[in-house]
This record gives sequence, structure tokens and C-alpha cells, in this order.
Amino acid sequence: MTAKKTFTIFDQELVPEHRILSEEEKEELLKRYRVKLSQLPQIKASDPAVQALGAKPGDVIEIKRKSPTAGVYYYYRIVVED
Amino acid sequence: MVSSSTIKTLVESKASNLPERIKEELLDKLLTYNEKYKLKKAEIEAIIDEVVSEYEKALIEPGEAVGTVTAQSIGEPSTQMTLNTFHYAGVAEINVTLGLPRIIEIVDARKNPSTPIMTVYLDEEHRYDPEKAREVARRIEGTTLESLARSMTLDILNMEFVVDVDPERLEKSGLTMEKIQAKLERSFKSAEIEVDGNTLIIRMKKAKGVSTLRRLADKVKKHRLKGLSGVGKTIIRKEGDEYVIYTEGSNFKQVLKVPGVDPTRTRTNNIHEIAEVLGIEAARNAIIEEITRTMQEQGLEVDVRHIMLVADMMTLDGVVRPIGRHGVVGTKASVLARAAFEITVQHLLQAAERGEVDPLNGVVENVLIGQPVPVGTGIVRLAMKLPIKKSIEE
Repeated sequence: MTAKKTFTIFDQELVPEHRILSEEEKEELLKRYRVKLSQLPQIKASDPAVQALGAKPGDVIEIKRKSPTAGVYYYYRIVVED
Repeated sequence: MVSSSTIKTLVESKASNLPERIKEELLDKLLTYNEKYKLKKAEIEAIIDEVVSEYEKALIEPGEAVGTVTAQSIGEPSTQMTLNTFHYAGVAEINVTLGLPRIIEIVDARKNPSTPIMTVYLDEEHRYDPEKAREVARRIEGTTLESLARSMTLDILNMEFVVDVDPERLEKSGLTMEKIQAKLERSFKSAEIEVDGNTLIIRMKKAKGVSTLRRLADKVKKHRLKGLSGVGKTIIRKEGDEYVIYTEGSNFKQVLKVPGVDPTRTRTNNIHEIAEVLGIEAARNAIIEEITRTMQEQGLEVDVRHIMLVADMMTLDGVVRPIGRHGVVGTKASVLARAAFEITVQHLLQAAERGEVDPLNGVVENVLIGQPVPVGTGIVRLAMKLPIKKSIEE
């Protein structure tokens, strides 16, 4: 048997890169956009991508989206309980 | 003449706010023009400044009613789309919902699309050989006794259910009569199964009457002998130099695990399934792709930015929500905005019951009341500090 890499959802074309923000980055982000955590778009804790990262409710996820207009841009979602 | 490294640092420092795509293009153009015209440093700086200011001018202004523009931009070309639900397009022999019905289906976030379809790409090993592609298709294709049978008869006199299996179809499916017998025996404990050549005879172990036999026959007919649940017919098509399997019906979670399938490219048109298996971000991408594709098939073009806005709104809460009173509009903060949309009385009654307060921040409420709408220039408010104290003191 060849050593085959196991498939994770991040290998799928449709799934963009996800990353958990550190506390400092979180502060930075809220300051930059002058928003509260509750105003961010949400992502469920049961979301496959969140599960794969092991993020907990309250964490902010940075999503590196590919865009046909801007090339790459970042989107932020806060992890919420279901 | 300026060196290319200086140009790069100049672009990085002066145009750091531009999106990646524009930065790349700017750098590219600057480098080629530098070759051609031997630009001076001041000239390059001027060009970059000009690009930055043009970019900033092109940005959407605060207060622009982007949602309304999106609604118009999608709505107008939609009037030119087919109203027919079914069409044979792209994939021969498989029905695909196209045009307006499909757009409505996506935007309404239906749990099950009326024609679920998977596009299954194959891995390196199975991609180029039609025989191997067929092998994978066989693993996916759902096969029932019904789909294999040439004829089925309910023999009431002998209390038997007789199935005449088509040998050709049997061979294609990769099953044998013995395998079918074993499978059915395992699943139907109350039945006795006899194989005679290509004929399958099913009897009840304890005779119980015709209606029970009929019920059993129906179950046996529909019993899945192999393949994935929810998946029916499969079709293999050659695209470029590789073979791709199209399936009628969708079971995204299972198909990714089937050996021979390339899970990184395989798709389904069921957006809820994508959200479940790959997450909300993938669902957003799928919504954008599906809408763009449906529009393109009809020869229409809508700017992606509008479609991206729709997809963003639909996935804002981490679940795929429909656009409409059960979804995006239904979660609006303002009572009056919701009441102005649909089921007015119910919304007003409910709001009265709960003692809801409407601060009149949104657009719809203010149109309704007859106040200036907080859109465009209306979004700006003036606050004035009057010198009241001073005048009193004087």
C-alpha cells in the first residue's frame, strides 16, 4: 500500500483556509473595524471546519477567501454555540 | 530607469491598501512600461498615487444601498430566464433543474433540490480509463431489484413473488443471482428466497395472506442491493482527457469515502449537504458558483459582487438561511420592516404581545413612516452644540 494522505475537508476546492486568531489579533481586529464581537458574522461550533481546527465558542476565525475581484481577502467569523 | 526592486518596494509602501489582485496588476504594468519608456522615480510615484486615488474613488460609498442594487441586478436578467423546470442540458439523460426555478431553489435554501446531482471526479488511477471509471460508478450507483428486473409478477395462486432478472443488466451491475439471494435473505428474515436460473422466487415463510405478501414484494423491489443510498442512475462522461461520473441523486458524505473518487473536486448541487460536510464557508462558495453557473447557462451575466452579497447574507449566521420571511428578512430587527414584507398582521400582533420597540433605524421603517431614509446622504446626521449656557449667563 502506498502511504496515502488522508483527506481532510481543507483539501476540498470549495473550502478556503481557516485560522484561529490569537487574543491580540482579536483585539486588533475589533479596533480596526470598530465593532463588537457580537457584530461579527457567525460560524457554528459544530461546523466541520471549526471542528477540524478545534476552535471553541468565543474564538474568532480568520478565513482567507479567494475572490474573483480582489484576489485574496480576509473574512472573520466568531464561533458560536449551536 | 528605476530598478524593478525599487518599483516593488514603492508599490508595497504606497499602495498597501489595495487588494492583492490590483497590486499585482499594477506591479506588472509598471514593470513592462519601465522597460519600454525608462520611467523616472517621480513618474512611477505619480502613477501609483493616481492608481490609488482612482481605486479609492471606485470604492462603494458609505450608505450606498447595495442590497437594493443587488436585487435589481439579479431581478432584471431573471425575467429572461426559462420558466421550465426540466431540461436536458449538459448531461444527457439526467434531468437538471435550470433557469429561474433553480435560482429560486438556491435562494430559498431548499433542504432537498428537486433534481439533486453529484459531479464525481476520479483520482489519478481511475481518471483516464473508461473501464476503471465504470468500476467506480458501480460502487456508487444505487441498484434495486426493480432496476434489474425484466418483469415482476405477484402470483396469488401460489403465494409467490416472481422476479425475472435481466441477465444483461445483472452483469453490468456486477452482481450475481447468488449475491442477490444472500443479500435479500439477510435483510428479509420472514421470506424464503429461491433462485432458478435468472428467476427469483420469493415466498413467505408463514403464509399470511395476499396483503402481507404484497407489502413484502414492495419492500423487496425497493431494497438497495448495492451502491449509496439516495443515488440512482450514474452516467460517465468524458471531459477533456478524463472521465467524470454524474449521478442522479446525491449522497455527498458517503461518496467522498468511496475508493477511486477524488474527494477534493467532487461536488453536489445540494447546498445543505455541502454545509453539513464541508462547513459554512464551502456552502457560501457553492451558492456563488451555483448561481453564476445557472445564470451563465441561460446566457446572462450578473456581476459576482451581487451574488457574493446574496451568499454572504445567506450564510451570515453560520447556517444556510433562505432569503425571505423564514430567513434573512425574518430576522430583521425592526417590526415594521418585517410587517411591511409579508404576513403583516401576524407580525404586528406578535410585536404587540412582546412589547417590541422599533427605534426606526432601518430603511423600510422610515419609508413607511415618511421620514428621510438612512441611505446615501440620508445616513449622515448633524449634531450641533448650541451656546445655550453662554447666552443665559449674559
